[in-house]
Amino acid sequence: MSGSDQESTHRTTHRTIERVARESYGRLVAYLSAHTRDVASAEDALSNALVKALTTWPEDGVPQNPEAWLMTTARHSVIDHVRHQQVAEASEPTLLLLREESNEVTSSAEFPDERLKLLFVCTHPAIDPAMHTPLMLQTVLGLDAARIAHAFLVSPTTMGQRLVRAKTKIHDGGIRFEVPQECELRQRLDAVLEAIYAAFGIGWDDMTGVDQRGRDLAEEAIWLARVLLQLMPAEAEVRGLLALMLHCEARRAARRWPDGRYVPLSEQDSHQWSLPLIEEAERHLAEASKRGRIGRFQLEAAIQSIHAERAHSGRTEWAAIMMFYEQLIRISPTLGTRTGYAAAVAQMKGAEAGLAALDGIGADDISAYQPYWAVRAHLLQQLGKTPEALDAFDRAIGLTEDPAVRQFLLQRRG
Amino acid sequence: MQFALLIYESPAAFAARNSDDNDPYLGAWRAYHKALVEAGIYVGGNPLRGPETGTTVQLKDGKRRVQDGPFADTKEQLGGFTILELPSLDAALDWAARCPAASIGAVEVRPVSSEYLHRVTG
Repeated sequence: MSGSDQESTHRTTHRTIERVARESYGRLVAYLSAHTRDVASAEDALSNALVKALTTWPEDGVPQNPEAWLMTTARHSVIDHVRHQQVAEASEPTLLLLREESNEVTSSAEFPDERLKLLFVCTHPAIDPAMHTPLMLQTVLGLDAARIAHAFLVSPTTMGQRLVRAKTKIHDGGIRFEVPQECELRQRLDAVLEAIYAAFGIGWDDMTGVDQRGRDLAEEAIWLARVLLQLMPAEAEVRGLLALMLHCEARRAARRWPDGRYVPLSEQDSHQWSLPLIEEAERHLAEASKRGRIGRFQLEAAIQSIHAERAHSGRTEWAAIMMFYEQLIRISPTLGTRTGYAAAVAQMKGAEAGLAALDGIGADDISAYQPYWAVRAHLLQQLGKTPEALDAFDRAIGLTEDPAVRQFLLQRRG
Repeated sequence: MQFALLIYESPAAFAARNSDDNDPYLGAWRAYHKALVEAGIYVGGNPLRGPETGTTVQLKDGKRRVQDGPFADTKEQLGGFTILELPSLDAALDWAARCPAASIGAVEVRPVSSEYLHRVTG
């Protein structure tokens, strides 16, 4: 083999390892930790196995079933780990079980997909809600603590410590790897959906054009929703969430001018929206509506669906958007929902009515909520109330993290 | 608890201070300052003149040493500081990210050491 051939084989092997790691990480961690409830050890074992793959596969070739190879190697590492800490009496049966299953996996090269259980573990009520998404990103997707820390604007050391604490809680707190019973399934599923959507939201807000980090996180969230849909194809809200994210994703290219300046939704060129993504979103939304179980994510997706219709009709049906917001406020009266509702009211009934809707939102909540001030500034400007508008613009600008949005608002402020 | 936001700025950001009242960086700072005050978390702070206006004093072996310029010679220099009253480091990082200097320079967040202040002031 010539030097360049060897190099290209190495590159192919590396790509294979990356691909297997991405596609199988969550499956392997879920399966390895389902019995032991020890997520941290499962992750350690898997990263040992990946390191081993990096050193042996380029020499020996990629095994026929790479995932099974990683599983067996990781499993041996878990067995070693359990053997080392064999203080508890309970570990002997665990060890036996692990060994038996290890043989099974090697022979059949098949193992059950336990990721759904892992998703429910990550979003268990006993775990700090702020840690649901970071845990999910780490255990199911294999993102490292530093990257998660960037996305969540937390110091990397702190994020690392919080992740360790959460995993200890899973292990020591007796959190079981199981899909919740029917009676609590809805509520528990909401937590899973919220956690996935939070990852998407961070990816979405973080899109500065220069940095690819945000974009990746939005893609990861969509990938997670697809996994969840595979595991729970009958749940309408899972499709609702996926449809919502796909609608937003479809507009990615239209959100910035080529020079990086911000473009608000109403001024976006709908020719730049991705029709395949919109169509996929619409299919999921239609499928969800057949289930007859409306929910927050389907309503939010429906609002985005109406915005998307502008690509065909050239206009936005604000009456429908306002109606969906009214329904949404009933089940999820968040700041975001109420601000969105006020903006829709302003489109339908004029700026005065929109302002009145904004005034109904409590003063405590809004002091650090940027979209409220952006909408308020816009409406006050429309009404010619210049001093108040300037003040609201300043609040919106001061609360903005994205330099492109800041520049946009500074220009509008004048 | 109180946090100091230490604002590190590039030479270009220092130079922009000489521009007129319509300078977008100045506009962003005005808006940011207003947002801090309106959120009820602003304790105090000040911008500093450029690093070239600094003079550094040291006593080495009892001898005075005076140096033109800042103590540490780095590209981004301390351009000012803001003290905020906030419940947690997480909240302080949120506000640091909104600071106009964060996208062109850097903002270091440090907790104010009230323990040490107490020992100093008695």
